[in-house]
Amino acid sequence: MAISLTHYLVVAAILFTIGVAGIILNRKNIIVILMSVELILLSVNINLVAFSSARGDLTGQVFALLILTVAAAEAAIGLAILVTYYRNRGSIAVEDINAMKG
Amino acid sequence: MTAAAVFFYIFSAIMLASAFMVIAARNPVHSVLFLILAFVNAAGLFLLAGAEFLGMILIVVYVGAVAVLFLFVVMMLDVDFAELKRGFLQVLPIGAVIGAIVAIELIMVVGAWTTAPANLIAIDAKAPAGITNTQALGQVLYTKYLLFFQASGLVLLTAMIGAIVLTLRHKVVKRQSIEEQNARTPETAVELKKVASRAGV
Repeated sequence: MAISLTHYLVVAAILFTIGVAGIILNRKNIIVILMSVELILLSVNINLVAFSSARGDLTGQVFALLILTVAAAEAAIGLAILVTYYRNRGSIAVEDINAMKG
Repeated sequence: MTAAAVFFYIFSAIMLASAFMVIAARNPVHSVLFLILAFVNAAGLFLLAGAEFLGMILIVVYVGAVAVLFLFVVMMLDVDFAELKRGFLQVLPIGAVIGAIVAIELIMVVGAWTTAPANLIAIDAKAPAGITNTQALGQVLYTKYLLFFQASGLVLLTAMIGAIVLTLRHKVVKRQSIEEQNARTPETAVELKKVASRAGV
């Protein structure tokens, strides 16, 4: 049985679902939330690469490369904010992040 | 089943299992290690799909940089993770329901999509035969998508500056104060001492 585009799409869909569930389940732990976002971006990348190789069009891979860049930048900024926040408050619980609440 | 199909199922199974462990593990250090495993297997999937360059970049950028950054932060912050894990079971039904809804929607999409006929002809950057994936990607990335490539460089520069500015503590860093330098006069900078002859200082 040959591996078709649909196989990749199903795997990416399951990975996306795991990422979304991870955000909801670990809503107190912002580190795991960031990791879930990385999983979601990975599933998007799998979709783009699968379509790219199925269509013989390199645009999808260029797009996946740009998404990788944005994901790396997002992780760096998110963790920097986290470190600064921990320094100021001594905790990383998401519920405590309400300093800007009106 | 061909060897490619066998490897596809192996990579997918390990990737999905470790992705599940990322969100289920009690210890965030284990979560990060499972994230690394998921990325390595995703790189294997990319190789199977013929995107060799992206597979290698995934290992270099994610496993080499992003996951290590996560590991570094998890270990640097002294956080009571058991406390953060509390309430996991209360939101489990909500999370399961929302996850199931998203999964059903995505499976319906995957089962029913078709390509528009116009899109079957329109291929933006056809993968040329006879050269490696890296070479083909470079040929379009540096010509057709040059502006996007440069924009991603700007994104990385912004991220670097942002991360440095956010985490830099000015107290420990010696900074140049131009006003202070300009305000210095010979009176404040130089001290003249009369040393007695043959007595030493």
